[in-house]
Amino acid sequence: MGFEVLFKGTNFIRLLEGLGVALRISMISVGISIVLGMILGTLMSLKNPVITVLSRIYLEIVHIMPQMVLLFIVFFGFSKVMGINIPAEASAIIVFSFWGTAEMGDLVRGCLISIPMIQYESSYALGMRRSKTYLYVIIPQIIRRLIPLSINLITRMIKTTSLIMMIGIVEVLKAGQQIIEANRRTSPHVAFGVFATVFLLYFLVCWPISQLSKYLEKRWS
Amino acid sequence: MIDTDVITNYIPLFVDGFFLTVKIGWLGILLSFLIGIIASAVLHFKVPVLSAVVKVYVELFRNTPLLVQLFFIYYGLPVLGFHVSAEGCGIVGLGLLGGSYMTETIRSGLDAVPPSQTESAIALGMSRPQVFWMIILPQAFSTSVPALVANVIFLLKETSVFSAISLMDLMFTAKDLIGLYYDTTESLFLLVVFYIIILLPVSIAGTVIEKKARYKIFGS
Amino acid sequence: MNREKEVLKIEHISKGFDQLNVLDDISLTVHEGEIIVIVGPSGCGKSTLLRCLNGLEAVDDGHVYLGEETVNPSVKNITRIRERIGMVFQSYDLFPHKTILENVTLAPMKVQKRKRAEVNEEAKKLLERVGLSAKMSQYPRQLSGGQKQRAAIVRALIMHPEVLLFDEVTAALDPEMVREVLDVMLDLARQNRTMLIVTHEMAFARAIADRVIFLDGGHIVEDSDPGEFFTLPKTDRARKFLNTFTFDTVNKEI
Repeated sequence: MGFEVLFKGTNFIRLLEGLGVALRISMISVGISIVLGMILGTLMSLKNPVITVLSRIYLEIVHIMPQMVLLFIVFFGFSKVMGINIPAEASAIIVFSFWGTAEMGDLVRGCLISIPMIQYESSYALGMRRSKTYLYVIIPQIIRRLIPLSINLITRMIKTTSLIMMIGIVEVLKAGQQIIEANRRTSPHVAFGVFATVFLLYFLVCWPISQLSKYLEKRWS
Repeated sequence: MIDTDVITNYIPLFVDGFFLTVKIGWLGILLSFLIGIIASAVLHFKVPVLSAVVKVYVELFRNTPLLVQLFFIYYGLPVLGFHVSAEGCGIVGLGLLGGSYMTETIRSGLDAVPPSQTESAIALGMSRPQVFWMIILPQAFSTSVPALVANVIFLLKETSVFSAISLMDLMFTAKDLIGLYYDTTESLFLLVVFYIIILLPVSIAGTVIEKKARYKIFGS
Repeated sequence: MNREKEVLKIEHISKGFDQLNVLDDISLTVHEGEIIVIVGPSGCGKSTLLRCLNGLEAVDDGHVYLGEETVNPSVKNITRIRERIGMVFQSYDLFPHKTILENVTLAPMKVQKRKRAEVNEEAKKLLERVGLSAKMSQYPRQLSGGQKQRAAIVRALIMHPEVLLFDEVTAALDPEMVREVLDVMLDLARQNRTMLIVTHEMAFARAIADRVIFLDGGHIVEDSDPGEFFTLPKTDRARKFLNTFTFDTVNKEI
């Protein structure tokens, strides 16, 4: 079935290294997205007209542009137009953070405006000051909502990293392709074994994370 | 900065890619709705065995990237004797991925319909299938319109990976032209324009439909 | 109208949830044109009893008969039987995606396969009788609770049921809307409908009932005529229950 190829030489290690690259890029991007997203979300909840219009345009771009298109624009377009050569991995991180910040920002804004006024009022009615209200009542509620959603963003980032092979980064899928190319003649079924393994690897990484996200969402809602 | 002659020369090529992307995209979405309705009905009625199959399917396809699914179907399965054309692979791949998302969405819509709705329909003498089709499913669709629209947009965006299994879609056209003639700016410009043509109307229509569906049931 | 004809016959039914006996050996016969009001404290099994009568719940023991047919969720023609039993719920449960007229006409057309024109005409007549002519093309969310409940009653009536079950139909309503729904039910009583009514409206129960059943702890504790039940209840438990609806004047501490 082609699985035997994986046990030859360093083949399986190479796949895992590819997976490592994918995970590294997604973790860095998620980190950046969470920080920038919080700032963006807070800004958006202020209802300043200029910020509202600009953030609307930004969100809509992310909403309708495939990540692959954005990846091409940054990787191929920027070097051509601006003369700056951005390495593939940096391009990937830029695009994923650009996308993730928009998603996070929208989530943060949604959480902020979804806390009902009565929560503030009942807290004031108990004699709490504004700072205490935020510290004990509002922020804990927001964090509880945000954590499952941001964990969910991680799995989506990881899945999207499969695109970066298209700009030449050797992640799992590309590593898989290379292994297939090298072993095609000796084991004709190699494509099945390798791609099934890649499929499974992605599943084994993403599934526990999305289960965790689901669990937290249920527990905290 | 942008050469208009190059643009005019490239437009026909992009139009071809555009139609391919649209065709595969919407056929895949249609398939995903079919899968979603059937699979969520299986879960709703707690059909033995099939429910477990649906659950495994949903988890598998929601937790893996489309590109990997496509590679597996297109390059992996022929080894076992299943040959699928690139177009067929694109439709089936998108349909399977989308089906797993639609199943989750429709199922949570079905769960959100109060059980008393089922009871009062049953009390009127309606059969289980009648209750599902006439009472529960329409309400599930109305409440999950925003999520369904989000799924459609997500799936249309996912079409951008088709070029990896050598389908000559928009992305493929752009990549090809960049590689061949180095007209990067013009190619990327057209790529963006055509994706806007595909997705902006859906995004706008989605917002309108969401408002209508909400109004019909909730009145605000 | 044949007051001797048995419409619904309940024979020794029992029903439990998680070892808790909600209904314990209940027997009751409902005759044509009879109006039975079931009262009792919360959790006494009133709603469960009604739900067993149209097969929404399966009984653990005993039998429910509608005419000659056995009522049970597992019998094959249960949907045919349910057509003959109308039920109105506390939470109205109109279908939110359909207009009032569509709510009323859906079941007769889809279940009884009656002609649209005929059903529409009857629906309009019935809606007019309960004062909802103006609301026919509106959606449930545009109606008040009382209007929704009146529409739900019409939705059950149009199926021409042999018996009507009312499960605390005014319990979810604002006080000022209770009356309009009870008036519709009084009107049905005048038409000699067979009805089983679970309610907490004691004055209404007294006015409409031919028989009052007092249910407590899953048993029928009293089965008497309303005049007797409300003035001279036979049992201590019924007396205590009725006392929960009256208040003594507050004597303030000085």
